[in-house]
Amino acid sequence: MKMKGAEAIVKALEKEGVEVMFGIPGGASIPIYDVLYDSSIRHILTRHEQAAAHAADGYARVSGKVGVCSATSGPGATNLTTGLVNAYMDSYPVVAITGQVATIFIGKDAFQEADTIGITMSATKHNFQLRSVEEIPTVVKNAFTIASTGRPGPVLIDVPKDIQEKEGDIKFPKKAEIIGYKPTLKGHPRQIKKAAELLLNAERPIILAGGGVILSGATDELRRLSDLLGIPVATTLMGKGSFPEDHPLALGMVGMHGRKAANYAINDADVLLAIGCRFSDRTTGLVSCFAPEAYIIHVDIDPAEIGKNVNVHLPIVGDAKQVLKDLLKFLREKIRKGHETEWMRKVMEYKKEFQPKMDYKDVPLKPQKVVKEIMDTIGEDDIVVTEVGQCQMWAAHYLARTKPKTFISSGGLGTMGFGFPASMGAKIAKPDVNVIDIAGDGSFLMNCQELATVVENDIPVVVAVLDNHYLGMVRQWQELFYNRRYSAVDLGNTPDFVKLAEAFGAKGIRVENPEEIGPAVKDAFESGRPTVLDIIVNPEENIFPMVPPGRCLKDIIEG
Amino acid sequence: MMEESHILTALVEDRPGVMQRVSGLFRKRNFNIDSISVGHSEKKGVSRMTLTVTGDDKVLEQVIKQLNKLVEVIKVSKIDKSDCVARELALVKVVTKSENIRAEIVQYANIFRGRIVDVRKDSLIVEITGDSAKIDAFEKLMESYGIKELARTGITAMTRSSK
Repeated sequence: MKMKGAEAIVKALEKEGVEVMFGIPGGASIPIYDVLYDSSIRHILTRHEQAAAHAADGYARVSGKVGVCSATSGPGATNLTTGLVNAYMDSYPVVAITGQVATIFIGKDAFQEADTIGITMSATKHNFQLRSVEEIPTVVKNAFTIASTGRPGPVLIDVPKDIQEKEGDIKFPKKAEIIGYKPTLKGHPRQIKKAAELLLNAERPIILAGGGVILSGATDELRRLSDLLGIPVATTLMGKGSFPEDHPLALGMVGMHGRKAANYAINDADVLLAIGCRFSDRTTGLVSCFAPEAYIIHVDIDPAEIGKNVNVHLPIVGDAKQVLKDLLKFLREKIRKGHETEWMRKVMEYKKEFQPKMDYKDVPLKPQKVVKEIMDTIGEDDIVVTEVGQCQMWAAHYLARTKPKTFISSGGLGTMGFGFPASMGAKIAKPDVNVIDIAGDGSFLMNCQELATVVENDIPVVVAVLDNHYLGMVRQWQELFYNRRYSAVDLGNTPDFVKLAEAFGAKGIRVENPEEIGPAVKDAFESGRPTVLDIIVNPEENIFPMVPPGRCLKDIIEG
Repeated sequence: MMEESHILTALVEDRPGVMQRVSGLFRKRNFNIDSISVGHSEKKGVSRMTLTVTGDDKVLEQVIKQLNKLVEVIKVSKIDKSDCVARELALVKVVTKSENIRAEIVQYANIFRGRIVDVRKDSLIVEITGDSAKIDAFEKLMESYGIKELARTGITAMTRSSK
């Protein structure tokens, strides 16, 4: 079929089932946008390319599909980069289409030329620069395959302008063919059998569930495994939602700002089954004293994660869902129905002893109270997104979630400014549920221009700004470890967020008292309008408990 | 664990940027790379890279796994040093201040099975191939005469067994 490059790209995206893309056009991508004008793909014009990438990422996290974003050459592409690294660190599938100057100008420092391929080489799982019109269908097919299979991640396709405009003979392939790319999905049966035996004979087993459990859709299998053997489950930040946090054996998040019960239980365990997690430093604390008594079984789809950060005794490379299914098969043949063990009782005691305290009446508000009120107001299918810093850790520590894909956060890269655009992507993926971004004033300001996007496109997300006039997490570290020398963290005269929201045509509500929080959240949801809640919180409140940097999980301290 | 030098070969797709992906990976992951050489393999569209890497077993394992993750890397193999042919080529431009010195260098080159590939009035170029230790030894010997320029290709290697 004869068609122009730009048409081939848009057609290929349509064939991949793309329904929405986020982006901003520019000189080097006008031909693509000209075709988009007639396409079934809904294009959301963001106000900054970084937001387009985060929105695509948020969309991917909630929909389970590939998120698509687009930018022009040069600054458009460089602006996307943070969002790509963010998706890469958390393993979510995003495909980015960037315009590039025409082939004959490449390398000549042409207007709006940047070395997008060079810049994004380590920001993506893979990237492509198109060199002919004919290769477009194959490249797009391969890009979507690479992004969405194995350990997912972002893939970028750089399209020189002449390739967009040139006509070529186009054939769409049915399947991707990439010779050096074969993800391992099925775990080795012998290893799985060994894991089953270890778990059956363990006295103090524990499961550490990461984002991989959510990505592979293995939450049911995880639940069954825990129920079958009576194994308590702790999660990483990315694993939040993989196991219902109202379950008696749920320990909540582990790590630097994890639940004490989770940290202590990991410290005591004799067998640790880690599934779909990469043992980030924020999860493990000091590696040498992480789970010091445990025989560690590590299930991950990425072989390179095994032994990267933590020494593993029994590796199983494979997809979490597949491996858990096989593991359950082995176990069912041998199982004696679980009775309450001494270990289970101990774990429950930990949970009881270290119940998080949230119900404060203080004014200015305690963020813990705000999180509690939000938790009590939202439904279990509603989606909580977070920004990064104290607000993120308050949400992750205190706000219990019971379903996968209902807690969205920038884990690996820790990108301030992620939450708001990601909420937009989340809301588009699931328009029927409420989406609330738990933000700090510092983080929200980093992408608040997207208020224009959500108003214009009628995307009613709610931002709950925990307004403390500080870059709070840095201030907390300065308070604890740098003699209260508050260097460059005071945001001073921050804007009036209510007026800011109103200036964009959104709704703004100020919240100062405990009894106003719930109703304000409800009001925001019911209004059906994008809303900013300016919640005035105690500026010097800290997020505790905390494992001081470079210490063991068991050294977790209160304020 | 012992830090050691290892030889790896990688079959990679012959595409622009592959070299940058591999070298970028080493920088990003903080691996130590001693040399890297690349050229066509017996298969069309596939290049063969030979890498020498320093690190303990854990580092080596990570290097292999991370290389395998690159989409354009088809296969990575660790070369067993006791069962391989590993060669390097060097061009050494040496100062020859007198006839005597020139004669000495030619003699040494012969002993090392090198070849004189260029002669000028006050310098000559020796081409020498062999394992790295041999080239190191020759290089050391020539240092006393004064090396004007040195170019080493880095190791390229192949296992002996007919796999």
